Order: sequence, then structure tokens, then C-alpha cells
Amino acid sequence: MPPGVERPWPVLDQMSSYQLDHLQYLETESIHIMREVAAEFERPTILFSGGKDSICLLRLAEKAFRPSDIPMPFLNVDTGHHFPELNEFRDRRAVELGGKLIVRKVEDAIASGIAVPNPGEVSRNRLQIPTLLAAIDEFQFDCAIGGARRDEEKARAKERFFSFRDSFGQWDPRNQRPEIWNVYNARVNPGENMRVFPLSNWTEMDIWEYIKREKLEVPTIYFSHKRQAVRRGGQWLPVTDIVPPKEKEEVREMVVRVRTIGDIISTGLVESPANTVDDIIAEIAAARVTERGSRADDKASEAAMEDRKKQGYF
Amino acid sequence: MSVHPVEILRFNTCGSVDDGKSTLIGRLLYDSKNLMEDQIEALERSADITGGGQINLANLTDGLRAEREQGITIDVAYRYFATPRRKFIVADTPGHVQYTRNMVTGASTANMSVVLVDARLGVIEQTRRHSYLAALLGIPHVVFAVNKMDLVDWREERFREIRDDIEAFLPKLGVLKDVKFIPISALNGDNVVEPSPQTPWYQGPTLLGHLETVHIASDWDLTAFRMPVQWVNRPNNPKDHSLHDFRGLSGQVARGLVKTGDSVMVLPAGIKTTVKEIWTYDGVVQEAFAPQSVTIRLQDDLDVSRGDMIVGLENLPGMSSELRAHVCWMNSRPLQKGKKYFLKHAAQTVQAVVTNLDNRMNIQTFEPEAEPAELVMNSIGEIRIRTAKPLIYDGYATNRLTGSFILIEQGSNQTVGAGMLLPPTEPVKPEYQDFAI
Repeated sequence: MPPGVERPWPVLDQMSSYQLDHLQYLETESIHIMREVAAEFERPTILFSGGKDSICLLRLAEKAFRPSDIPMPFLNVDTGHHFPELNEFRDRRAVELGGKLIVRKVEDAIASGIAVPNPGEVSRNRLQIPTLLAAIDEFQFDCAIGGARRDEEKARAKERFFSFRDSFGQWDPRNQRPEIWNVYNARVNPGENMRVFPLSNWTEMDIWEYIKREKLEVPTIYFSHKRQAVRRGGQWLPVTDIVPPKEKEEVREMVVRVRTIGDIISTGLVESPANTVDDIIAEIAAARVTERGSRADDKASEAAMEDRKKQGYF
Repeated sequence: MSVHPVEILRFNTCGSVDDGKSTLIGRLLYDSKNLMEDQIEALERSADITGGGQINLANLTDGLRAEREQGITIDVAYRYFATPRRKFIVADTPGHVQYTRNMVTGASTANMSVVLVDARLGVIEQTRRHSYLAALLGIPHVVFAVNKMDLVDWREERFREIRDDIEAFLPKLGVLKDVKFIPISALNGDNVVEPSPQTPWYQGPTLLGHLETVHIASDWDLTAFRMPVQWVNRPNNPKDHSLHDFRGLSGQVARGLVKTGDSVMVLPAGIKTTVKEIWTYDGVVQEAFAPQSVTIRLQDDLDVSRGDMIVGLENLPGMSSELRAHVCWMNSRPLQKGKKYFLKHAAQTVQAVVTNLDNRMNIQTFEPEAEPAELVMNSIGEIRIRTAKPLIYDGYATNRLTGSFILIEQGSNQTVGAGMLLPPTEPVKPEYQDFAI
């Protein structure tokens, strides 16, 4: 959002009563996609982390399927490096929605040899991939709905709503199915599967405006709080036992919030006094860096996300 | 702070290789201050590595490593930006001949197409192809952005010449309703966001000004009601006893509007009934219109399933298993007479066989060539299809969502064709008019 733009935005007087505003437009598109998934796949699942995008995803699922139950379980890959606040929220929200939550742990995948860490590899980012693929295999899921958005990252910008994965779970950007109108090709052969991204057209701002409109609860770490932070790789990261601060590293107690949630060891903290959703919306409107600017896992190389997606990352 | 009603405008950019599409989008983002510091930093980083120090705005949209290395755009990339007046979804669609399928993909959901023309080259085959596709796909608004005007010294005559050339062939395309021409330089930003001092002879809006103000409220057709049934909503063992008999038909309104109490018809059964309730998560509503997603409850307990369509009684759709359509072919294995495909239309997928290839469009002359042997990738022609079950449909020119289909190759499951139905010869004539128990 450009700086200096004042909110609230002007009301367009030419808008007729039969016109949807931007959130209603995005919402109906996403609901349509969710219902296509329910109708076309035998064993779909929704990836639910407790993060802001997947919170919206579950509200859209409610909008698509109520008064029936949401006709698919929720799946989360727990890296073991999650923020505890996030897991608490995830479990509670799943119960509130009456949904079945399946959690598969990277820890267990390492123990059983499904995921093999490189010597000295601390990050669980890469190890999520085999863990997810094993879960898809275990439950024979033919479709996984994810909360990825195209505005997050350049490789995501090329993703389809219905993103085909071969029997190795791989994405082939050069061989994507053309996606025309709102007619989605959901056909897969046994062993292959589909990743579906109903939030593809949503931006970070849309997500927060929707959270506001829908009065959705989000984990407390999105709001301003005090936390011990360590300066590392040009960012402030939470102090943890997983990677304790070294002697020469600067440690500080700060008033921060998270803008995007990854693992606790790689999620950059932003100094912020934002206590409410309105504060966050105002903060994003004035922001000068993108959301993923605070994610160390994307900075590895210009093609970091592209490489992970090809291997089966969500 | 109140939540503001603000519209979304979707547009796609098309043009030939090197016409400057990616640069134009980069310019729109940059000049409208929608770029963030880390994006600018990343641009500067790659400028140091590959660009000899000069920032390349095209790097913003050329997202994949292969593209950056080859300096081309290989797939549709979507971008998002906003101004105080509107939100924009941009499909950046490649200009290569072999990637016409991507333009069709990017343009199929667009309110507007921005066709780039290189001022030095003028109208080339790609310009004609993209104009033709924009017309065929029924894009409501088209802008020809005559780019690189700086390289022709901002000469008004050159701009007029190109405009005249385009206007000379536009009538052959038929259905383009709203066409504009804007002289720009994407590289330098002239007439993109800010009016250019180089074009005192041009009185029209800048490209962004046009994007912000073009009237799109009437792009949806509200004249006749259509809702394909996507999903039957029937709660299993609901805790709430009032839901025991709940049976809703969920779908997205594809055309028109419907009100509680309206008489409607369920097709293909041809049974008339009444709308008892329009249910949404946020509560019961009195009316629903395109493209809202709702759940409709009917007065009578009918056997309705996915693929059926609920329609208003006026302006009935066509219903037939013998269809004629324009098809844009998207696969390296050509379309041939006698081949079988899956055809997905609205919420139903049926088997289909191509019974004839009537013609293939010559993009140079805009003349159809009769009875081609096959349609190869990126060609467009008129075909006849027979489906295993009848489709309930409108002509594509009347309504995009009930007039379009895709063809899926059996086995590989690839999406191989995009179809646009010709209008039905007659509306459906149901045998059984009224529901009777």
C-alpha cells in the first residue's frame, strides 16, 4: 500500500447494489473453489496451521459448507519449532469448528527415517516436505487445500488455484494446466494429487480486512507483546532454547509482533505497538517492506521458494 | 476506521516478446508506490549481478529462475496492487506464439486487456492475434498501449498511424465494445501513472487513470438467472434438530439474480418449483445475484444433484448434446475429428466426442479456413461436439460462465482446449412443466 494514502478509502458512488466489494468478490471466488474440491475429490484435507491465512481458509470453509459439517479433516505438519501460542490456538480452533485435526510431527518423521536431517541442520523447514508427503500418503489424500497467496512471493505468483502434483509430490511450473474462467480441472490419477489455493488472489491487506470484517480471533503473537529477541542475520528473532544466543550476539527485550509466522527460530519480529486488528491494518498500509521480508527461509536465494515448491512444499 | 467498499478490476497485459509488458507492470507498481523496500532491494541485488547496475523492472514479474536466466516470461504471473480508488489483479501473460494458451488463461477472467504495441514495429501478427483473442474471449474493455513512443520521438503521426491500422481491422472482430488507445513509454513512465509532458497532443487519461475509472459495474449480466448446482448441502446427523430436513443446493450464481419466492426451473429435469429460502452462512437473504455463492432451498423436495442447473423462467437457456463452439487448442497433441475428451462445463463433467472441425481461423486475414484436418496448439477454430449428457448453456457471447467449457484429455488429464459455445438455436422446451407429486 502506498504511503500517504489515507484510509478509509472513498466510497464509490457509482457502485450499484448489485456490485460486490473486493472482499465479497474474493470470498465468493474462494467459496466456489472450496465447493469444487468437496465435490470433485474423494479424500481432500485442509492444511491448518493456526496462522492468519489458514484462519481465513477455515472461515471460508464454513461459508462454503454450513450448515453441514466441513466435509474434510484439517492437517498440520508440526515441525517441533512452532510457537506454542500457535499450537494452542490451532487445537482450540479445530475443536470449536467441530473438525477433525490430524497433526504429523517432523520429530516422528525423523525417528522413522522418513525425514533425514543433514549433519548440523537445525531448521525444520526442509524436513516438513517429506513429513507432509508421508501424511498425504498415509491418509491417501488426493487433495490438500492450502492458504498460500500469490502476492507472497514471486514463485507463488505463477501458481494455479488447482496446482497439480505428480506422484512424487512435485510441482512442474513449465507444465501447469491452463486455468480458464472458473472451470477447474480437478482430475488426478491414483497416487497423484492436487494442491488447491483458494486464497490465491488475496493480499496481506485483504486477509486482515477480512479478519476484521468477520471478527475472527487470531493467535496473540500477531499483536504487540514483550519478548526477548536476538539480533541474527539482520533480523530480530525470538530467543529460544533451540538456538540459544551466542556470547557475542545482542539480546534485547523488545515490544514486538509477528507479521508472518514460520518456525520460531526463523520468524523475524517486527517492533510494533499494534494491539488491535485496526492497528495492524494501519501498520500494513504504511509498511515499507513485504510480509516475507521477515522470513529468513526465503532469503536464502532468489529462487528459494521455487526450489522448495518443486520438491513438494506447500 | 470503517471497511470501505472498493471494487476489484482484473486486467491482463499482452503483447509480443520485448514489447515491454513486464516493464509496464513493474512501472505501474513502482510509480503507484506499491513496491516495498525489500522488493526494490532485491531488484538492485539482481541489477548488480545481471543487469550491469541498471534496475530492470521486468525482474519484478519474471518470477522463475528459468525466466530470469533466459529473459523471457514462461507462464502467467499474477500481481496485486491497489490505489485509493481500486484494487487490481494483473495477469501478466506472455507474448510468445507458443504460449497463446497462457493469454487465454490470463484473459478469461479479465475485465480489461491491455494490448502492448511497439511504436517502432506497429501492428504485427501478435497484435492481431491478441486483439482477436480479446474479442473472442469477450473481454469487456480493451486498451491498446502504444509503447516505446520515446523511440519514435513522440511523433503524433506515428501514434495515429498505428491507431488507424488497428481500427481498420477491429470491425472484423465484431464484439469489442470499449476500445482505447494510449501513447506510453513504460521504461520512462510516460502516461503510465503520470501524464507525460511529451504528449501535449494527447488529451486522454493515463493508463492507470483509465484503469481506475473505467465503468465495470455492468460487466456482469443480471438479466436471466442461472445457478449450476455445485454441491448438495445436507447435514449429517445435525445436533440442531431444525436442520434434520435441511436440503440446500449450493452454487455460485453464474448469471442474473434470484429472489425468495421466485419461480424457477430445475434442468435437465425441466421441473418448475419455487425458491423457498436463500441461505448463507451470514444469514438468510432475500435475493442473490452473480457472482455470489449461496445455498438455495426449493419449495419441493426434488432429486437435484451436482451438474443440474437452476434457472429463471424468462430467457431459458439452451439444452443440447449437439453443440457448436469456438475452441482454442492448448496442447501439442492436435485436436482431431472423432477424438474423445472429457468436457467440463459449469459444474458437470461429461464425455464428449468431436464430430467435426468446421473451420480454422486465419489470424492474418481473420477469414475462416473450412474443414481443416486438425487444430494444432495455439490455433482457434469452430468445432462440433456431441456430449454423452446434454449441456444446459448460453452462448458464450451472452454469458461467459454458462457459455464456456474446457476439454480434458483422457488418461493424461491435461487441459487441452478452451471452448466458447455458440448460442443455442432454441431455448429448452421442457416436457414436464409443473412439479406434481
